[in-house]
Amino acid sequence: MAEAKIDSKVTVVALVENEPGVLNRIASLFRRRAFNIDSLTVGRTHRPHISRMTIRVEAGPEYARKIATNLQKLVNVIDVRIIDNEPHVERDLALIKVRNDDADSRNTITEICDRYPARIVDVGPKVAIIEMVGTEEIIEEFIELVRPIGIVEMIRTGVVSMGRGTRIHDTNFINRRALVEAAEKARSGNGRLV
Amino acid sequence: MKLKGSEIIMESLLREGVDVMFGYPGGAILPTYDAMSQYEDRLHHVLVRHEQGASHMADGYARATGKVGVCIATSGPGATNLVTGLATAMMDSSPIVAITGQVPIPAIGSDAFQETDVTGVTLPITKHNYLVTDVRELAYTIKEAFHIARTGRPGPVLVDVPKDVQNAEAEFIWPEAAIELPGYDPPSSARDYEIDAALRLIAEAERPIILAGHGIMMSGAMNELRELAERTQIPVSLTLLGKGAMPEEHPLVIGMMGMHGEASSNLAIQEADLLIALGMRFDDRVTGNLKTYAQNAKKIHIDIDRSEINKNVRADVGIAGDLKTVLTQLLPKLEGKSHQAWIGQIRDWLEDSSERDILNYETPGILLTAQVVNDIWKLTGGDAITVTDVGQHQMLEAQYYPHQRPSTLLTSGGLGTMGFGFPAAIGAKFGQPDEDIWAIVGDGGFQMTLCEMATAAQENVNVNIAIINNNFLGMVRQWQELFFEKRYQATPMVNPDFCKLADAYGIPNRCVTQRDEIEDAVRFAQSIDGPTLIEFVVEKEEMVYPMVPAGADLHDMKRRPKPGEA
Repeated sequence: MAEAKIDSKVTVVALVENEPGVLNRIASLFRRRAFNIDSLTVGRTHRPHISRMTIRVEAGPEYARKIATNLQKLVNVIDVRIIDNEPHVERDLALIKVRNDDADSRNTITEICDRYPARIVDVGPKVAIIEMVGTEEIIEEFIELVRPIGIVEMIRTGVVSMGRGTRIHDTNFINRRALVEAAEKARSGNGRLV
Repeated sequence: MKLKGSEIIMESLLREGVDVMFGYPGGAILPTYDAMSQYEDRLHHVLVRHEQGASHMADGYARATGKVGVCIATSGPGATNLVTGLATAMMDSSPIVAITGQVPIPAIGSDAFQETDVTGVTLPITKHNYLVTDVRELAYTIKEAFHIARTGRPGPVLVDVPKDVQNAEAEFIWPEAAIELPGYDPPSSARDYEIDAALRLIAEAERPIILAGHGIMMSGAMNELRELAERTQIPVSLTLLGKGAMPEEHPLVIGMMGMHGEASSNLAIQEADLLIALGMRFDDRVTGNLKTYAQNAKKIHIDIDRSEINKNVRADVGIAGDLKTVLTQLLPKLEGKSHQAWIGQIRDWLEDSSERDILNYETPGILLTAQVVNDIWKLTGGDAITVTDVGQHQMLEAQYYPHQRPSTLLTSGGLGTMGFGFPAAIGAKFGQPDEDIWAIVGDGGFQMTLCEMATAAQENVNVNIAIINNNFLGMVRQWQELFFEKRYQATPMVNPDFCKLADAYGIPNRCVTQRDEIEDAVRFAQSIDGPTLIEFVVEKEEMVYPMVPAGADLHDMKRRPKPGEA
């Protein structure tokens, strides 16, 4: 079913093996369909061999389901969930370097930061760095407020999401290397060799 | 005992039940070839003439046996030559494991001699792939590769092994426990409510049709399909790769569907009020224009690959599961039915089709592909394994060689790979040595992989090559005739003398130009225990009908003219 690209964003959360090439496999699914990834964050979890990704992509709900089933098909992808329709918490972090070279700009920055979950993490004679954490929407609102002061440089981590409540997104996966090492240990322990 | 990586590869292949592998040596895979000498009595290596041939042979072996086919190549160009075969196997869900050499780990990424990022190149055309960086993981990785290749929706898996990993030593520990991968859990059975929903649609339907695909044979659900069709008296249409899922002579089988399918099948799909799609994926060659496809029909779609459900056609009941398991759940609850009026309607359409049968044409002095194919069918008792290439001869094979048994038509359906047929037939013969194997190929496709005649001769493989020679890239020419005002750009072929070529390889051969010569030539080929080649010189500008032009509505077929109308 061809579906026109719709101006809506989908948030996909995936548990993946922490292994070389996994990011490439996932990115390749989007590249093949000429879909632009809005943001993709990946980081380690409390499990040693598991990473967790949050992928934001512009797509309609029909296409989002196809993306999810195709992601699920990848061997290194352990679990996939489209998180938009369940209660969840999401955070984006931005570092914004703004002009800071007159009293006016300094005052405005302080005033805006007071009203938002933002703080000034570095101040110099000419520029300051603001750290801002919040939902994507709040960050965007904040950026528009500081834009007139003069943004010199900016970076965002991209959205990370977690579902609320007890529906846990977790796994006990152990990777190949650990399995091999356990097998070697077992062999040397009882002295049996192949 | 410590073994070298190369020996671990051999030991692992043996434990996976491999007895033949198709490959070509080279620098980065040399240690593994060296280890082969110790295993020659148990692991036969077939030296191909081009790595593409190795990948198609592994594929043909897999399709003919249902077991995993193995091909081996060196790094760089050796591995990239496998690409077409891997993509072919991926599209048609054929289980193969490809083992490639890679430059030593310290050289990876340095543009070393014969270095290619093979796992990168093959990422989208393999079910999964591995770069092994630690010899201790080699056995485990190979076991995992075979597991992934053969289970769920089968497919090709590539294992890239750097030369230093092949040379490194490790304790050989074969993992006895079954592979468990948390991210890989193919579905098996259906939920009860899914079965009930499917049963309800079947009970309500007045004009149902079963669309049977390759998945029936992959799952071994032939008997279940037959029982489903017979108990409910629902007609069965087959996909190209589904041929053999149910005997084509069965009265409920109404032929192939799709672009060059039976008109009656396509009309039945368009008029149906229920499609029961089993192990097929609604390829565009099967559906034509999706907007007008089976508009009045509810759809039940059962496939082992969840991502196929709702991909092209929205399913009213979509079941991700193993066909044999799901049909076994469904059958005990199924009530008998009859659809006499509906079957009568389809029979009327069939009668009109048979009036247009090429075999009713009078063609003195001219040889037609359909005649060749149909005569081969008769002379092989309809019981050979035919392996086709891609193009007009492929479609005419599908129309004029009815298959009674599963896995007896091996053909590149999804990718449409010219050059597939002949090497795949060689692979099939290694898998099914007692079968009569016919490679039915066109003059174009055969020339893409004809170097494998040397392989067939060296190994004395008993395959019969039937070249359908019209001195044209026939299917492309057909499109040019229909859609490009007969501008035959780059389709006429000046061919070598195929019989002299066969002579050069020491392959016995015949050339056939008249219909009454076909029997002699086929009997000749069957009498020889080794490769043979028959060149059939056929009419240059044949057409394959019916034809649904690409993207057209499925009922909008160009019909074959009735005799006298042409």
